[in-house]
Amino acid sequence: MSLMSAFFAVIRRDLILAFRRRAEIANPLFFFVLVVSLFPLGVGANPKLLQIMAPGVIWVSALLAVMLSLDSLFRSDFDDGSLEQLLLSPHPLTILVMAKIIAHWLVTGVPLLVVAPLLAIFLGLPEQALGTLFLTLVLATPVLSLIGSIGVSLTVGLRRGGMIISLLVLPLYVPVLIFASNAVEMAGNGLSVDPQINILIAIFFMSAVLAPLPAAAALKMSVN
Amino acid sequence: MSIVPEFIVRFYHKTASPPYFYSLSNKLLPWLTAIFLILLGYGLYGGLYLAPTDYQQGDSYRIIYVHVPAAWMSLFIYVVMAIAGGISLIWRMKIADVVLISSAPIGASFTFIALVTGSLWGKPMWGTWWVWDARLTSELILLFLYLGVISLYGAIEDKRTASKAVAILALVGVVNIPIIHYSVQWWNTLHQGPTVTKMDKPSIHLDMLIPLLVMATAFKLYYAIAMLQVAKVEILMREQNTQWVKKLLEDK
Repeated sequence: MSLMSAFFAVIRRDLILAFRRRAEIANPLFFFVLVVSLFPLGVGANPKLLQIMAPGVIWVSALLAVMLSLDSLFRSDFDDGSLEQLLLSPHPLTILVMAKIIAHWLVTGVPLLVVAPLLAIFLGLPEQALGTLFLTLVLATPVLSLIGSIGVSLTVGLRRGGMIISLLVLPLYVPVLIFASNAVEMAGNGLSVDPQINILIAIFFMSAVLAPLPAAAALKMSVN
Repeated sequence: MSIVPEFIVRFYHKTASPPYFYSLSNKLLPWLTAIFLILLGYGLYGGLYLAPTDYQQGDSYRIIYVHVPAAWMSLFIYVVMAIAGGISLIWRMKIADVVLISSAPIGASFTFIALVTGSLWGKPMWGTWWVWDARLTSELILLFLYLGVISLYGAIEDKRTASKAVAILALVGVVNIPIIHYSVQWWNTLHQGPTVTKMDKPSIHLDMLIPLLVMATAFKLYYAIAMLQVAKVEILMREQNTQWVKKLLEDK
């Protein structure tokens, strides 16, 4: 099997698995919607306040939703042994890990892209910011999956990795959160967001190139 | 012919052996402690008595002699951990693992000290204990990075696997260090800009600067002392079934 076909086989397999367990796709999405709708209940329904908070609320909720879904990246493969098969394959593990990350993004990141602008309207985000919100989500949700893969592969061998993974991954999400929510905020005020978008593009490419390497190394370590 | 001189290579290989590292740190510790005490005494005396009072901040600026060295150490130790992690992953050097994991609690403590002293300093200067300024926030994130390393190491039972995991994590986390450093220039909010490391001329009086640098050196020595002591215990625990440790215990 060539590298290319192995790469697409991994993506295809993960997509089929996810499609057969639809609840797993839906759960992070429900979580996202739920957390966003908790904020008006917590801070009050003042439209001005919500409008100011909207970029941050949406981004923090997206961050948490992706983080909760990370466990599905390698957990079931680790449990049923197919992760070992992946490690034994003659192809470079970084490429196969990349395929798994892409599949994970397609399953968890893309639904967020669809729902987030809707929630932004609920929170009263100005309409001129919606395009920027969508753009930041397109650029930054893959980064969340990429960086998250490092955290999962470090903790996949642990029985209770849940709390630790948040401690490992959330600090690394900070730059994404800062630039993405700042860009949405600026766009809402009608200002130029080119610098933030450029930095997000840089972060995207940097993590796409670098993140699979430690993730693959950590997987080898976790499986032994 | 290698670029690195022969005796450095030999020293490097020698330190890689746990018994040698153990006895070397035993020999080094008294010297380090003596120099540390002298530097600390001079630094405190210079900082609290000799240095002139600041015309704007009065005497309360003197917390700088703890705050700034601690903040420097918090970054320095993380870089040391990342380098140790790199060495341990590339050359499988056991001592590098020990150095990495022994440094983590010390680094976390320095980060905590930097945060607490910064908050104490912030109250009279800014009128508030805490501001969500870029540097404070990054320092807080650094604390979380340290805690992540410590708890990941604690969570994995097989310590050899755990060492590898924290080595990878330290290397990944070190990406955050430049962000912390340059955040001052990026956001530059309430926190004062760097006063010592400006390239042309430090914007701090020499009488204030010298005790600060002495204190920074003293803190580095303190780190070395604390790290070596933790490392010694860690080495003994890891090597408890080897001959040299048994011999060491019999001799005592």
